Amino acid sequence: MLSIKDLRASVEGKEILKGINLDVNAGEVHAIMGPNGSGKSTLASVLAGREEYEVTGGSVDFLGKDILELSPEDRAREGLFLAFQYPVEIPGVSTTNFIKTAVNEKRKYHGQPPLDAVSFMKLMKEKMNLVEIDKSLLTRSINEGFSGGEKKKNEIFQMAMLEPKLTILDETDSGLDIDALRIVANGVNKLRDENRAIIVITHYQRLLDYLQPDFVHVLLNGKIVKSGTKELALELEEKGYDFIKDEFSLSEAV
Amino acid sequence: MKEELDVLEETVSRDYQYGFVTDIETDVVPKGLNENVIRLISQKKNEPEWMLNWRLKAYAHWLKMEEPEWANVKYPPIDFQDIIYYAAPKKKAKVNGLDEVDPELLKTFDKLGISLNEQKRLTGVAVDVVMDSVSVATSFKKQLSEVGIIFCSISEAIQNHPELVRKYLGSVVPMTDNYFAALNSAVFTDGSFCYIPKGVRCPMELSTYFRINTENSGQFERTLIVAEDESYVSYLEGCTAPKRDENQLHAAVVELFAHRKAEIKYSTVQNWFPGDENGQGGIYNFVTKRGICMGDYSKISWSQVETGSAITWKYPSVILKGDNSIGEFYSVALTNHHQQADTGTKMLHLGKNTRSRIVSKGISAGQSQNSYRGLVRAGKHALNARNYSQCDSLLLGDKCGAHTFPYIESKNKTAVIEHEATTSKIGEDQLFYCRQRGIDTEAAVALIVTGFAKEVMNQLPMEFAVEAQKLLAVSLEGSVG
Repeated sequence: MLSIKDLRASVEGKEILKGINLDVNAGEVHAIMGPNGSGKSTLASVLAGREEYEVTGGSVDFLGKDILELSPEDRAREGLFLAFQYPVEIPGVSTTNFIKTAVNEKRKYHGQPPLDAVSFMKLMKEKMNLVEIDKSLLTRSINEGFSGGEKKKNEIFQMAMLEPKLTILDETDSGLDIDALRIVANGVNKLRDENRAIIVITHYQRLLDYLQPDFVHVLLNGKIVKSGTKELALELEEKGYDFIKDEFSLSEAV
Repeated sequence: MKEELDVLEETVSRDYQYGFVTDIETDVVPKGLNENVIRLISQKKNEPEWMLNWRLKAYAHWLKMEEPEWANVKYPPIDFQDIIYYAAPKKKAKVNGLDEVDPELLKTFDKLGISLNEQKRLTGVAVDVVMDSVSVATSFKKQLSEVGIIFCSISEAIQNHPELVRKYLGSVVPMTDNYFAALNSAVFTDGSFCYIPKGVRCPMELSTYFRINTENSGQFERTLIVAEDESYVSYLEGCTAPKRDENQLHAAVVELFAHRKAEIKYSTVQNWFPGDENGQGGIYNFVTKRGICMGDYSKISWSQVETGSAITWKYPSVILKGDNSIGEFYSVALTNHHQQADTGTKMLHLGKNTRSRIVSKGISAGQSQNSYRGLVRAGKHALNARNYSQCDSLLLGDKCGAHTFPYIESKNKTAVIEHEATTSKIGEDQLFYCRQRGIDTEAAVALIVTGFAKEVMNQLPMEFAVEAQKLLAVSLEGSVG
């Protein structure tokens, strides 16, 4: 589904991603871990098409398309969804209105007619249950005055509504208490199926306890330096990133 | 919701939609302004002598006045001798019904989407259409007259209700008020008159569509609305103008008069031709709008969505004379390209326990300049006067300007005046968030701007809100990379 080859990207002339290689197949959940500044969120932003980041090399194939050639909106319409670490407030635009616009823009791109009010409401109701989102949130301006948990739940709710092929969860667990974390993780789990893939970017093991990733990758200084199964995450939790750093610098030296 | 999406679709690559010219024979007075031209206008309109004298007095006063220069707008000097002051579509006979109206004219309205037939049949809105200067058709008169409401052109009112016109004309905006009001008083050609008798709640929204048609003909509309005790009226004013290269002057005067416990709601969608991308052409819109809450417990509410005109100079105001009276001003002013807007309001608190509320939303894009200018004054006797003002500015790009000029004068210690102001830019973060959800930049801007203006849009009558929302999106076309 997603094939990243030797991806390099820089911001303001400083190279952040220094040759990322990653293959993600449908149905898989990949976790990307790593210390602060290792390039995790940059990777998410580059995949989503944020323009501050300059891609200086490599390729990204998503469902047979070179997505680096696509605008951010077209990447989204093709089925790439980024759950933001810091969801953005848009005053005066209700969550419902925002999502309806997004859903129908996507439908338009795929040559489908917009959803009528009744079908849209039906879809909303169905998906609301998945993420245990409060109804009152949907009439409020999107993300405005939302708590950290509400913002993240709202991201997952949008994910549910847009039914993306590939979801990138960018530190979705940050700032969540245990209950919110469980709800968010359950929501994601309910949306998992063999046709969809998920990339989870996180610092911590706790989200992975719920999500049970198929693969875990460690990002260090703009490169994936170690890949493994979920046991790798447990090892990281136990030993910290230092052991990887040591191991990595050792192998670099050799 | 459906409409919102239509708006988004329509946002893509569209030029000024209403830029066409209707080919109608017009009856034009030669260019220029002097006493004879005023006599000619008055004569053509078959006016009584008191009206002519009133005009001449205003003209004499105007000659002694100087064009104001305090507004934050720049434009070349206006040559008042190069303007046609009267242009009326030639009437073949007196119009009794729609079927007698010039078909060309009806076609124009069709293009504007305001076909009288449709309006009459579907919406139940009475429309007094001002095509250039003379009202050519007025509908729903019968239904209104059954409850005693007078809704007609000001020319007709001068003929048929001279006692009301004489009593109220110039009572809120005196002919000496300002340069453009004096000019209007001297040469106004037509406009609307509305009288709501005591205790009557107007059964429909009253609506007038204005349209400038003859090249070089300045439009000098005069509107007068009088609401007697315990009456209510909601009045809609919307305007579109054909595309022109030469600047056209528009200097209207609107007067609202609210008696005890009366309420007047006046909504405007203003979409005069704003000039092209390079600032060529466009309407000069110098308007004086003022209402007086004369009676206790009366209320006047102005709502406006201003997207058009090269230059807008407009301060719908309320004089809160009656005790416990309320004044409101809700405004969205959007400027793009080289447009300049200097708009706001004045809330003049004279009576006790008077309240006013100002919500102004300015949106600037391109190289435009958008100023809010507002005065809140609490007079000596305005015990417990309250005002709340909120002025928000939204900037698109970094070549435009937003300015706020709040003036507060309080002569009464019990008055409480609050003013809040914010300036924000549409952030890259907001745009990227939208785009990541599949909403392209243009649609995202429309969404964000609509959200920004929501508080004001909510004040507009439904059918107007839809049009206004479309206007916002269309007016911003091409404002983002």
